[in-house]
Amino acid sequence: MEQSEISGIAASRESWLRQMHSTFSQEKRREKNRIVAVRTSLLLVFFALWEASARLGWIDELLFSYPTKVFRQIWGDMVSGTLWPHLGITVGETVVGFALGTLLGTLLAVVIWWSPFLSAVLDPYMVVFNSMPKVALGPIFIVMFGAGFTAIVMTTLSITVIVTTLVVYNSFCSVDPNLVKVVRSFGGTRVQIFFKVILPASFPAIVSTLKVNVGMSWVGVIVGEFLVAKSGLGYLIIYGFQVFNFTLVMSSLLIIAAVATAMYQLVVYVEKLLLNRR
Amino acid sequence: MLPVVELKGVTHAYLGEREASLAVEDLNLSIGSGEFVSLVGPSGCGKTTLLSIIAGLLQPSEGEVSVYGRPIHNPSPEIGYMLQQDYLFPWRTILENALLGLELTGNLNEENRRKTVELLGDMGLAGKEDAYPSQLSGGMRQRVALVRTLATDPGLLLLDEPFSALDYQIKLQLEDLVSETLRRRGTTAILVTHDLSEAIAVSNRVILLEPNPGRIRKVFTVPESIREVPPLYARDQPGFAELFHEVWKEMEQAGSKSV
Repeated sequence: MEQSEISGIAASRESWLRQMHSTFSQEKRREKNRIVAVRTSLLLVFFALWEASARLGWIDELLFSYPTKVFRQIWGDMVSGTLWPHLGITVGETVVGFALGTLLGTLLAVVIWWSPFLSAVLDPYMVVFNSMPKVALGPIFIVMFGAGFTAIVMTTLSITVIVTTLVVYNSFCSVDPNLVKVVRSFGGTRVQIFFKVILPASFPAIVSTLKVNVGMSWVGVIVGEFLVAKSGLGYLIIYGFQVFNFTLVMSSLLIIAAVATAMYQLVVYVEKLLLNRR
Repeated sequence: MLPVVELKGVTHAYLGEREASLAVEDLNLSIGSGEFVSLVGPSGCGKTTLLSIIAGLLQPSEGEVSVYGRPIHNPSPEIGYMLQQDYLFPWRTILENALLGLELTGNLNEENRRKTVELLGDMGLAGKEDAYPSQLSGGMRQRVALVRTLATDPGLLLLDEPFSALDYQIKLQLEDLVSETLRRRGTTAILVTHDLSEAIAVSNRVILLEPNPGRIRKVFTVPESIREVPPLYARDQPGFAELFHEVWKEMEQAGSKSV
């Protein structure tokens, strides 16, 4: 075969591969667009249906309100500035509860990993505390810490700490014992075993408890605010319910949904940053 | 000359919830400097137990173990231990993995780092220093594990079936590499294996253990003609097949004892 002929075949092969690939990526893009389109229309249809049913009297406007009214309420509160203190206090409580919960939970896991004796002693207590509905402790926190920020953060911690401890401790225990053996064979101490093997190996598990804890923290904060608060989004919901202003309830719900999602996405982003090397 | 490893009346029992079971009983063994000794035997004969005891990872219930004349109670950097699989840390680069032992023993300095990089090069791993273990093949990873073990410059190397998880061809290449490297460095080595031909090809002595409880049944000395050639060619030496059959027959008898 001639040299030029061979290169001709190679070139046609190449263009064939290129064409295959472009068709493939086009197909992928189209699929993605379809998903986004259906997703968006689902949301729009929901709001349109809600609006229409309320205006046409299919559902009770007083109970369910309707989107334009809800958005007007949110916009009004934003402009007048009455929304911001409530939003600020709730987000503040959630962030503090989330950070403290993760930190304390991880620290507790380290302590019981360190001492297998302590771990065995505490095991039944952890099980009891984990199984019981922690929200029931709310009144006790109020008496202990007063009706306010501290009691709400404590309610949040009661929900997040033990779960974090259990998950992180579990991941400490499921580290391949042979990796520990490698460190031991070099004469490594227990401190070295922890920092060289246990902690880095459990890092992904710790980071993934962050995601769970975001959701948990919101539960703790909103319930805490239901119980005690004089401000915050949970307070707005209860207040709106008591004065039968369901537009306020609905708008608070929408804001919670938006802010909680934003916070979750932030954690997902941080997780990606932390784990992208692996 | 002082033996590198000396075992005197070593007995070990594992304690469980229901009973205490005897793993090895009254072992006496002495291994000289630069010797390469293999431990073979049917499963349950306490090969790995014995290796863990010599490594200081396990305290024998009775008896005395000394390495370089000093009794062993804890793992020490003088004794290198290589496991069945590489167990490299996936979150560390190849070089960071290789430097682990130096880091743990507090001997990480510029010179040792340079030596480790050189050692990686000797093992055909040049240019892989910044790669992660997941990017390497099984044979390469086991070579990194070898570098990690040798980086602390142990006088005694314990090998717990380090080739058993590898493809046959890579296993043969690694046997050559390990035996050549150890010979050059004058390292004393104890190899646990279930592969008789591997044991004969790489060692000076093959120690056959019998199970229930683990005891030394017989010690075979590998003839000079087999010992002086690389493991790959040792298998073709006259006398290799005969020795293999001799060990094999003895092991069959030892194994039948357990039934």
